[in-house]
This record gives sequence, C-alpha cells and structure tokens, in this order.
Amino acid sequence: MATRIGRREFLAGTAGAMAVATLPAPAISQSKPVHIGLLTVKTGPLAAGGIHTGGNPAGTKTKTQELVERDHVDMIFGPLAAFELLAITDYAAQAKMPILSLAAAEDMTQRRPNPYFVRASATSSQNMHPLADYAAKELKFKRVITIADDFAFGHEQMAGFQRVFEDAGGRVVKKLWPPLVTPDYTPYLAQISGVDAVVQGFAGSNPLKFMKQYQDQGLKLPVLGGGPAGDEALLKSYGDEAVGMISVSAYTGDLDTPSNKRFIDGIVRDYGNIPGLYAAGLYINGMVAEAALEKTGGKTDDREAFIRALRAVALVDTPRGPFSFDHFGNVVGTFYIRRCERKGDKLVNTTIKTYPKVSQFWTYDEKWFLAQPVYSRDYPPLKS
Amino acid sequence: MNLWLVLAVNSVTLGGLLFLLSAGFSLIFGLMKIPNLTHGSFFMLGAYLATSLIAHGVDFWTAAVVGGLLVAVFGGIVERLILRRLAGAELAQVLVTLGLSFMIADVCLMVWTGDPIRIATPSALRGATSVAGLGFPTYRLAISLIAVVFAVALWALLDRTRLGAMIRAGVDDPAMARVVGIRVSRLFTVVFCLGAWLAGFAGVIGGPILSVYPGLDGEMLPLALVVVILGGSGSLLGSLVGSFVVGFLYNFGQAMFPELAYVVLFLPMLIVLVVRPQGLFGRPAA
Amino acid sequence: MSRLALGVALAILAAVPYWVGGTYYVNIASQVLFYAILALGVNVLAGYAGLVSLGHAGLFGIAAYAGARIMNEGYGPVGVTVGALAVTLLASAIFAVLALRGTGLGFVMITVALGQIVWGVAYRWISITNGDNGIAIRGRPSPLGLSLTSPAGFYWATLVVFLLAVATMAVFVASPFGASVRGTRDQPRRMNALGYHVWMIRFLAFLFSGFWSGVAGLLYLYYNQFVSPQAVALTASAEALLMVIAGGTATLLGPIAGAALVVIMKNVVSAYIERWNFVLGAIFVAIVVFMPDGLVPGARRLWRWARASARPALRSVG
Repeated sequence: MATRIGRREFLAGTAGAMAVATLPAPAISQSKPVHIGLLTVKTGPLAAGGIHTGGNPAGTKTKTQELVERDHVDMIFGPLAAFELLAITDYAAQAKMPILSLAAAEDMTQRRPNPYFVRASATSSQNMHPLADYAAKELKFKRVITIADDFAFGHEQMAGFQRVFEDAGGRVVKKLWPPLVTPDYTPYLAQISGVDAVVQGFAGSNPLKFMKQYQDQGLKLPVLGGGPAGDEALLKSYGDEAVGMISVSAYTGDLDTPSNKRFIDGIVRDYGNIPGLYAAGLYINGMVAEAALEKTGGKTDDREAFIRALRAVALVDTPRGPFSFDHFGNVVGTFYIRRCERKGDKLVNTTIKTYPKVSQFWTYDEKWFLAQPVYSRDYPPLKS
Repeated sequence: MNLWLVLAVNSVTLGGLLFLLSAGFSLIFGLMKIPNLTHGSFFMLGAYLATSLIAHGVDFWTAAVVGGLLVAVFGGIVERLILRRLAGAELAQVLVTLGLSFMIADVCLMVWTGDPIRIATPSALRGATSVAGLGFPTYRLAISLIAVVFAVALWALLDRTRLGAMIRAGVDDPAMARVVGIRVSRLFTVVFCLGAWLAGFAGVIGGPILSVYPGLDGEMLPLALVVVILGGSGSLLGSLVGSFVVGFLYNFGQAMFPELAYVVLFLPMLIVLVVRPQGLFGRPAA
Repeated sequence: MSRLALGVALAILAAVPYWVGGTYYVNIASQVLFYAILALGVNVLAGYAGLVSLGHAGLFGIAAYAGARIMNEGYGPVGVTVGALAVTLLASAIFAVLALRGTGLGFVMITVALGQIVWGVAYRWISITNGDNGIAIRGRPSPLGLSLTSPAGFYWATLVVFLLAVATMAVFVASPFGASVRGTRDQPRRMNALGYHVWMIRFLAFLFSGFWSGVAGLLYLYYNQFVSPQAVALTASAEALLMVIAGGTATLLGPIAGAALVVIMKNVVSAYIERWNFVLGAIFVAIVVFMPDGLVPGARRLWRWARASARPALRSVG
C-alpha cells in the first residue's frame, strides 16, 4: 500500500481516496523514509472538499485509522471537508498524529484547537475579512446581499465578511442560504435587488451553476466571491458570466514567484490542467513538511518536537507567497483580491490588491475574537 | 410584486424540465412496476454524452436527440439483459437499478472527470425575453414550450395510436393485456427505451441551466420520484400536473419558507402518500 | 454436530482480536458487527414482513443523535441507552403508523420520504444537531466499569450485543409471532380472514426492526464518537438494504454475510481498487442476476449441488 511516488505526482495527487506517499527524506537524514497519508476525495480537485460525493465522516475515520494503525504513517495530509476533519480530530489528537489539512473549519484553530494540527491554507473567514475590507474601502459598497451554500463553510465565510464589512460601515441586508444540493437557484436569485453587490460563497461545482443562472436571470450587480468561487481550476469551466467577478484567495495563479512558476509548469506538464487552490494547498503542505523534516533531520519519532518544527516553519518563496504560522498552527500569510478577465479565449484572474500577513483574527484582538461565539448561520445577526 | 411573477414563471419552466424527466419514469413505474433508480443516471449520462458530441462540433439540438438515443439504446440493453429477469421482484429491481447507478456514476467520473462541464445555451435562445415588462431568460421559456410539445405528442401517442392503446392496457391490467394477445414483453422494452430517451434528452435540455457534474444523478432522481408520487404513476396527466406542482412547491417553498427548504418537497410527498397512496391522479391499486 | 459448529464459530468470533492481525482489522470487525445488527433489523421488515424500507438510516441516525445529545448532557451509559432507545422506539412508532398506510412500492416511497425528512432535520435544525458539522462525544462509555476505549474491548462489547441480537432474531423467527409476520407477507388476506390483526402484526414488526436499528445506531455512535447527517442519508438506508438483499432476505445469516461483504468492500477493498464504486455496483448486479436469493441461500444451493454431483463420483470409486 505504501506506494512510492515522486513528489510532484504526489503533490498534485487528488486522485485516490486515500494513499500513502513516501517522501524521500532530506539528504542530511540517515533515517528511514517518511510516510505521509493522504486523505482526499475521488472526484478531483473540484469536488471542493468532497461536499457532493466522496465526503463521509465515518468513512474518513476508518481511513484515518487505517493510515495510523496499519500503515503507521508519520503525518496525514487532508481531509478537505470540515465535517470530515471534525470527525477525526479527536482520534488524531489522541494518536498524536500531525495533520496538515486544507479544511477551513474555524474552531479547529480557535475554540477547539488540536495541538497536532497545521493549516497552511486559511480558515473559512480568513479569506473573507480582506474581501470585506476591499469591498467597503476600495469599492465603496454600502449594502450587499450574501448567498452561500447552507453548510458550515458557507456560514463561516459569510459571517466573517459581515463582521468586517459592517465594522467598516457597510451593511449586509439579507443572507440567503440555498441547500448544498440546489438544482435551480432562481427562487433565491429572484430575491436579489436594491443593493450595491452580491457576495457569493459557493463551493464545488455550485459557483459555476450559480453564476450561469445569475446571468440568465438578467442580474447585473457586481459579484464578489470566496476562494472556491474564483478558483483557477474552475475558470476553464466558466463562460463570460464570470468576467468581472472579484474573488479573494490564499493562492493566485498570477503570483510571479519562481516557486509558483515551477509549480504551475509542473502540474501543466504532468496533468495538462491549470492547478488551483487545492493542488496548491497540497503542494504547499509538502513544502511545509519538507522544511520541518530538514529541521528535525528527517526524524518524526518525537512527535512533540516534530509538530513544533512544523509550526515553526516560515517560508518566503512559495506558490502562495510568504507565510508563517500562529500559535494555533494556523497560517499568517498573504491574501489576494483578483478580478476575473478574458485574455484571448481564456479566463484569468488578475490580482488587483494584496493583503500581506493576514491572521485568522484579522485586525481584531485575539482574546476578544475568541470570546465571541464562533461564526455561524445566525451569528453575527442581521441588523434590523 | 415582481418577485412573485418571476417565481411563477420559473415554476412553469422548472415544471417543464421535470415533466421531461419524469414522464418516462412514470410510464416505466406504471407499466412495468419498476422503480427505476437509474433514471437520474440516464439524465446525467445524456448530458455528459451531449457535451462530448458538442465538443466534436455537433449542434446542441442534434446532440440532445442523439444523446437521448444513446441513452435509450443503453436502457434497452439493461432492460433486455437484466430487468426482464426480475419481473415482480421489487427488491431485486431496487438493488439492480441502484447498483447500475453506482456503475454509471463511476464510469462518468472516469470518462468526464470530476470537473463540472458547462453546456452553452443555443445561441438563438440566449438573453432575455420581455414579458409584461419583465425580462425572463429566453431559454427557460423555451423549455416550457418544449415540454408542452412533448406533453401533446406523448398524449397523442398514448391516446391516438395502437401502441398507446397497448401501453394503456398494460398499465391497467397486464394479465388481461396478455390474454388479448398484446406482446407485453416487447412493449416493456419499447416503453423502457422511450423513458430512457426522455431522461437523456431532458439531461441535455437541462444542461444549459444546470451544467453537468458528478452527483447530478442523485439530485434529479428524488425530484422525479416526488413528481411521480404526487401525480400518480402511469398517468401522463399525473406527471404533467405533478411536475408543475413540484415546480411551484420548489420555487415558492424555497423563497417563502427558507427554514423548510429541505423538506419542502418531501413533506407534501409524505402527506399525499399517507392520505392518498395512489397519488393525486393515479388509480387505486387493485 | 450443529452445536459443535456453533461453539467453534463462537470461539472464532471471540478470538478475532487475536488472529485478525492488527487493530485496524479489529475495528473493521466491530463495524461488520454493528452493521450486521442494523441489517438484521431491516431484515425483519424487508425479509419476514415483505415490507422494503428505505428509511431505516433515519432510525439508526435518530438513535445516534439522541444518544449523543443525552451523553453530552452528562448522563451515564444506562441513561444514554434507555433514553436513545426510547426515542428510537417512539420514532419507529411514528414511522410505522405513516408507512403502513401503504404496502409494496407505496411503503418504500413513504419510508424514503420519512428518511429524507429526518435527514433534512439533522442538516438544518442546527441548534439540536449542529448541522453538517455533526456532534462529537467525549470518549466511549464504560458500562459496568469495563473500558471500551481499546479496539478489542469495543469489539467484545459489540460482539455481546450482536450475539444477543442474533439470539433474539432466532427466537423471533421460531416464535408464533414470527410465523404470523411471515403470514402477513405471504397471505395477508387469509391472515385477516383467520382473525389476525394484520396491521398490528406489521406495526409490532416495525417496532422490533426499529429497536435493533436503534441499537446499531448507538454502537455506531460509540464507535465513531461522532454523528453527522451523512449517517441518516438515503445512501445509508440503501446500503443497509443492500446488505440484506445481498446476503439473502428472510434468512438469519444472510444479513450478517451481507454486512460483512459491504463493510469489507467499502473499507478494505476500496483501498486497493481505484474504481471500487463500479465494482460495488457490479457486485450487486451480479448477485441479483446470478444469486437472486442472496449470498447465503445461493452459497447453500451451490454447496448442495456440489455435494450432489460429488456423490456419484465417490460411489463409483467406492
């Protein structure tokens, strides 16, 4: 089962439901190879956390047990979906298993921290805080309607947007929550009017469906979107309806750094696809693991020392730019505001503003932030 | 009150699409007593096949008809090879059609990957049409029209042709139909292919609105189920009315009672089943 | 002879943690056992009563949710078990009253609708269920001071409950009540004419079935220490039914074999086969087409056939 695969293949590998990869330990190491368990979904990067098909918490738990108890991996990459992560976090903490996950569940690095958890991507709201700042201060929007999938990731995103947007003087006048499985968004689209913009927080294949139906319905208001909505990997599936959409992301394809160029070229060469947020996230997790292993001399036996090394990683040249971790193991890094544009026959994101060193607490005091209830469907409440 | 008008018009267009999807399901359910759980897969398969045809330069409408035909051929094979061995065994039918839907979903994932695929709206039907001073998506209005045409055509088929008479006889009393010399077996294949074709065709027609992605099958199947239960199986009028009822429930229910969005279809279905198990337009079981 | 076989089977089952090779497989064995309990419960309706339910994951999930809520209120194992099972029985009674309005496909459809409504509530009623994030419980309970934390400890506890379930099923099948349930399946009109209260018999069968589904749901909760809406989804109901049909309806061993097949396929085989969803689907189609009664009766027939064809050969030798 412990297939030996090269680093690039592994880092882009979102194909198998579960895999064990063997990273060649850094040269300084004389010790055994390092085994990494990969928990992901079968439906490709765009299943966006397996929300539609693969995601099944009980199954994830079993897979995790398999990686820990049978394959004796040294760390786990994944899972993508918040509810899968929540299903395994207690077990993984008991087993002292380091997890490098892309799942965005807020409380994993806030009110319910796991000491063996590292998140180099972002919390649900970490993206949305800068987007809200941009919407209020640069775009001068006053009133918006939010619409997102009716599950925790959508709730947390929109709540984060609302807090920062309203603190900057804006107003969220309505929050719409179509169920995750909604073939037709028209009943919700029909309720959109009388605002400056629409903020959408859809994930998976839903952003595509939403934008198409939005255009069909003749709506012309500007659209702001979260990470999955403007994801580079999704752009090839969009038509003109996405042109002009402003999105925020922890990763952007147009970031001009050597490592981003290496990353994109590698994926395009091996898979023929433009990589997006999820492939980048796995790649960056690989870089984090590599940097930590270099520091421990390839050793993972002392789990406490290894997790300390993981959380102490601070990198400058990565596909997502410079970042480090806070004491919860959550990333402090750059976030990018992009506008979707047509270049020839392709859609691309063009970065229009960068927010460096964004923490999960934005500019708020950490203690104050943690004393508030966790972001949810009804918190912060709408102002009447 | 623009909101209500938009919802009403959209209820009709969604109803139209649901009619295309569920008419075949209803016929199969009514005539053959098969709860065809692959019906959502037929819908998805038709749409996927059409994306490939369109990518090879075939125009949208041809792709819709041919995509449907390919699905019909597949449906025919399934019916002749597997389903006919299982006549009367509901449990086995449920299991086989469910197993087939797993297989179809996995094959689609393998062939068309997990990325969603967009089907472009036919160019003549892009944009909005003005009705009573309000703009409505032209393509959606066209779907309603297509549904009406199909409803009339299916009605004519069932009510005015020999084949239709045989199907009706089969629905009403299969044993008697056999006695009077109707070859029910061949009839079953024809009906199953027709139903599969309708589902595949509906998948393509729905493509410009829904796009195609893994899991689409599972989203559409419950809708077809609810339509048939509300309308009653084996009744064309039933599935027509059921489709529009579901269209209205879906649109107005989600907009007016967002708290009930998850049960807005299943609660009415449950009530109908409990109060009137044969559906609004079905006949009581013998 | 059969008593000896039973003894050997018991010894093998009890010794699973020693020979199965690693805690991972012990955990898989525990899953097989509690899914087998669910399948046994579904079989009461689908097999003996001829009522195919596609809503049993709803009952399974209600028990798990109720158990998680009660446990997080600070109650001990007895309170959790009694409370969760009482809630499940109540839910079963409501399910039964509604679903028994129909038979055949009507019954199937009503159970589908009920299951979907439970799913909708689990997903949407966030204040009770915590929505899609689900509810976690802190650790497994320790009934009678026995720790269930280790995989082997949990396996043995599950095994005890499982054997209890099997024994109850055996008694049920042999009892007059079991006979009358089968009667309502095969000859409902005659049963009615004979003075049996068909509705009441089916109702009680539903409660019995719901009870064991609830027990399985509780074990699922203890095993995963977590429950979320996926546990009550339609696919979960379908899987339970697949176990029953694949193994063989209206047999005692069928649902157990079916549960083993599905759980092992899902967890072990899927790690080796990339396209295991396809394989799973294909296996179900193959079972229905080639072993229409399910694995256990199919295997039995195969065995009899093999013996019958072997005997003349033996005789010619002797």
